[in-house]
This record gives sequence, C-alpha cells and structure tokens, in this order.
Amino acid sequence: MIWNIPFVAVAILIGLGVYAMMFKKNLIKIVIGLNLIEAAVNLFLITLGYKKDAVAPIYTNAPSTNMVLPTPQALTLTAIVIGVATTAMILSFVMMIYRRYGTINVDEVRRLRE
Amino acid sequence: MIAEEFILKHGPALLVAIPLFAAFATPFISRLNEKVRNAWVLLALLLNIYVLFIVGRNVYHHGIQLYVYGASNPGLALPSGYVIPVRIIFELDALSVFMAAITMLLSFIGALYSISFLKEHDGLDKYYTLLLLMTASMLGMELTGDMFNLFVFLEILSIASCALVAFRSERGESAEAAFKYMMMSSLGAMFVLFSIGVLYGQYDALNMAVLSKRIEYNLLDKIALALLVAAFGMKAGGAPMHMATPDAYGEAPASISIMLVGGSQASLYALFRVVFTIYGGMLDVTSVGWIIIALAIISILIGVSMALLQTDFKRLIGYSAIAEIGYMMLGVGVALAVLNDGATYGTKALEGGIFHILNDALDIGLLFLVAGAVYYTTGKRSLNAVGGLARNMKYTAFFFIIGMAAVSGLPPMNGFASKLLIYESVYQLNPVLSIIGIMASILMLAVFAKVFQSAFLGPTLPEHKDVGEVPAPMLLGMALITLLIIFIGLFPRFVLEHFVSPAAQALLNRMAYLGAVGGA
Repeated sequence: MIWNIPFVAVAILIGLGVYAMMFKKNLIKIVIGLNLIEAAVNLFLITLGYKKDAVAPIYTNAPSTNMVLPTPQALTLTAIVIGVATTAMILSFVMMIYRRYGTINVDEVRRLRE
Repeated sequence: MIAEEFILKHGPALLVAIPLFAAFATPFISRLNEKVRNAWVLLALLLNIYVLFIVGRNVYHHGIQLYVYGASNPGLALPSGYVIPVRIIFELDALSVFMAAITMLLSFIGALYSISFLKEHDGLDKYYTLLLLMTASMLGMELTGDMFNLFVFLEILSIASCALVAFRSERGESAEAAFKYMMMSSLGAMFVLFSIGVLYGQYDALNMAVLSKRIEYNLLDKIALALLVAAFGMKAGGAPMHMATPDAYGEAPASISIMLVGGSQASLYALFRVVFTIYGGMLDVTSVGWIIIALAIISILIGVSMALLQTDFKRLIGYSAIAEIGYMMLGVGVALAVLNDGATYGTKALEGGIFHILNDALDIGLLFLVAGAVYYTTGKRSLNAVGGLARNMKYTAFFFIIGMAAVSGLPPMNGFASKLLIYESVYQLNPVLSIIGIMASILMLAVFAKVFQSAFLGPTLPEHKDVGEVPAPMLLGMALITLLIIFIGLFPRFVLEHFVSPAAQALLNRMAYLGAVGGA
C-alpha cells in the first residue's frame, strides 16, 4: 500500500540509527544515529495523525472541518524541542571528551573500563 | 487554615511547581550571596516536604487524589459532556506518595550534603538549579497519570542528571560517563515515545487509566510492553543494560550519586506502573513476571561479582547498587508472576520489593555519602590509596559500619527486614531464587568488609596524619540517614503497616486506579 510508505521509512530510519549507534566508531556519528532514531519516532507520531485531504486543525477561517488530529502534532513538537536539548547536551559532552582525551574514537575513549 | 486548604486542593501541582520555580530562581538569588542561595534551596525543599506531608496524609486517609490541569475544579476528571479525560491528570495513590517521599528525602539530604561537600567549586548556581530540576522531574514521574507527561519528565530527568554527572568538568572521565549515561537515557526515552505512539494510535488515549481500560493486549501492545520494560529497566540501571550505571554513579559528585539512586527508582516506579496498572489485566502476565525475575537475578549476580573486583570506592558502590536494584525487581517480578493465581505470597513479595526501594535508597545513599566524605578529606578515589581512616574520622567510620550492615541485610538494620520478606516469599515460588539472593547478600557483606578493612582499619597512612572529620552539614546528612536506617530496622512492622502495605495495595488494586479517572 502506498500509504504505508511513511511507516516503512520509520522502520528504515530506526534501522539506520541503530546501526550507526552500534557499529560506528566516531562519537559524533553515534550521536547522529540517535538523532535518526528521534526523527523516525517523530515521523511515526506525525503519520499516526494523518488523514487524507485534511487541513491543519486551526478553526479560525478553516476551509473545511476535515482536520488532521492535533494531538500527535503537539506531542511531536514537544519531542522535537526535547530532542534539540538532548542533542546539544550530548554534543557538548563530546566536546569535553575531545578536549580531555584528544580523540573521539570510541576505542580510545574508555578509561572507565574495568 | 486557608493555606492548608489551598495546599490540599493544589498540592499535587505545587509538588512539581515549587522545585521548578525554585530551580529557575536560583541563578538570580545566587547573585546576592552564597549563604542566601543555600538557604533558599533548602527552604524550597523543606516547603515541598511540608506540602508532600499534607497531600500524603490526605491520600492515606481518603484514597486516590486527582489533579486535573487547567480545569475549573482540579478534582474533576470528567466535566459534564466529556467521555474521556482530555487534560493532563496527576493521579496520586499511596505508591506515588511513598515514592515521592523517598525522592524528597534523597533530594534534601543531597542538597544539605552539597553545601560543604562542593563549597570550593564554582558553577554552584547552575549545580543547584539542576539539582532542583532533578527533584521536580522525579516527582513529576512519580505523580503523573499521563504517559506523555511521563516521557517529558523522564527527559528532563535525563538532561538534569547527565549534566550533573559531568559536574567535575576538569576530568575527562566525567564527560565520558555522562556521554554513556545520556546515550542510554535518550535511547530509552525514544523507546518510551515510540510505544506511546503505538498505544495512542490504537486506543486514542494518553491517560494511563483510560489506556488500561481500553487495551486489548494484541501483538502491537506486546511490542510496546517489551520496549517500555527495556527502556525503564535500562534507565533504572538493571542488567543487562547496566554498563553506564557504575560509570555515572562513580563519576558524579557523591551528593548527586544519591540523587541518581532516586532517579533509577523513579524509573523502576514507572516500570511497575506500566506492568501492573496498564498491562495488569493481561492473562499471560506471568511470563512478564518471569522475565523481570530473570533480569533481577542477572542484576544481582553481575552487580555483586563486579563489585568484588573494583578498587574505586564509588564504582564499587555503583555495582552493589545494581545488585540492590535486582532485589527490588525480584520481589516485584515474583508478585507479577503470581498476580493472577491469587497466591498470598505474591502480596508479601511485592511488599518486600517496595519496602526494599526505601531501604536501598537509605543504605546505598549512606554508603555513597561515606565514599564522598572519604574523597572530601583525602582527595583519593581508589581504595588502595587510603587506609587507617577510622582513627581520624570516627563518625564516618561508624556510619560506614551501619551502611555496610544494612546493605548486606544484617539484623537489626532495615535491609534485613525487607530482604527477609523477599526471601520468604520468593522461596515459595522457587527455592533456587531465594538461595541466589541470600548468597549474593553474603558476598555483598564480603565486599564491604574488604572495603572497611582497607579504608578504615590498619595503621594510619603518613599522608593522612592531618585528616580531620568532615564538616557538620555532611555529618548531619549522614546522621539523618543513619537514624532512619536504625529506626526502620527496629520498627519494621510500623513502617510496613503504615507506608509499605498501602503502597503495595495501591499497585495491586488496579480497579481503584482506573475507577478514579472514570471514562470509557
């Protein structure tokens, strides 16, 4: 079904993200993997609220009352904002690691291992 | 009194609002003066404890209390004309209040201890802001009745706690620990959000009570359940996803380590809420119970055996914290496995597990504070570099003995009371589980006896000649926990009857939780 393409995209994006988080050696690429998963989950939420030929759920001067579901959009907006904060936070940790260790290769960033 | 009435009505919101407001006011207030800032933080937490006391007393006497945000009457979930609750609802039952009380206790002691522990550091205004944010987010997780709200508080908790893990920013290791912990937390939070999407897409509700009424336990719901269990188990720090836990516990300042214990327990609470309340009506809940039991046993074994190998004081305690998480999950897992059989020992196991949440917070918390005290006076993390401290730090050594006895479940400490409950009830399900638990407890004693011997006994090392006792606020924090440990150890029945048992009943009585919200 053509309408299932967004869900397929969600699955592919999550797969890519998990792959990056598990097999990439560069800390930044690991963060990108996490961001891919975040994007996939957001896409999943938005797709849940989708309706064919519907308009944005704003009542003022709305051309029709066939509207998409607003709740998933509100959820996604919140999730995006939180995602930005976490990404900024993690990237600043990567910066701190680079400053102290001189590398962002996961094989070398493991002083806490015993 | 008018104030009391106001608190009774708006208490649930105030519990989150007070620390949140105090958090963002802290940077401004710390411009005035350091002392004023410390007083401000402690006062805000004390006020919150007072509000919790009033709200908790109400919940204890009158049952579940609702708080509907934005409604004209905060107690009313369904104004006329509504079929389902559309607003964000806080739902407080005995378990929520019990968990909130533990959180407040840990936060207050953490803040008190920080006053002298981190005195020489800069950036303390941000430190206290984040500490209060952590408090607010943990309380939010424990009080909310809304899945998405739970996710938001979970993320706030991750951000605040990871920033605090990296507080000693001059050390690269802190950033490494914070990175790992944040990755785990964020990935877990994404799992949670995905399962919220799955549940919302099918049942058109975010409220836990409504979800629980509508849920059909089909394949998609089971996938969501697996993701939720994995996510909250990961955040709680149980094996097999425990790798970030000892790093974070070890690298954070000691006052934050005990808050992280609180954070992991808030996640455990979320796990219990999901499996008991949302999925509690599922027929094959037994298999979920056995999965939790398996995770618990792995946590206990890995935690204790890895703790034996550690030389870093706080990493060692971090590993024993993993084992303690295992005990709580063991009790609750057994209760879940026999939930639909009506076996009486299931209730006992649940009481043991919930009782152990309180005891673990106190025991592991006390040990972390002792480790912090040793670091404060000697500046050493490794156990090999310290020795003979008992002569100069009498009180700290005494506190350590109490903590050691409590964490390994020796009578008459509090750990004994809850572990005995767990052993007794778990034995009736399967004796092997009980034997593993007891063996691990003995090993735990061995671990801490070794620590005591190497850190506190023996000749005083020459570089520790001038080491003195730690300052009063740190001693006071440790003394408070010690008093509670001894009190609970001497009167376990009192605590069990008035605090633990209502909490366990609240978790078992799913219908009351669903009925309080109403709707179809």
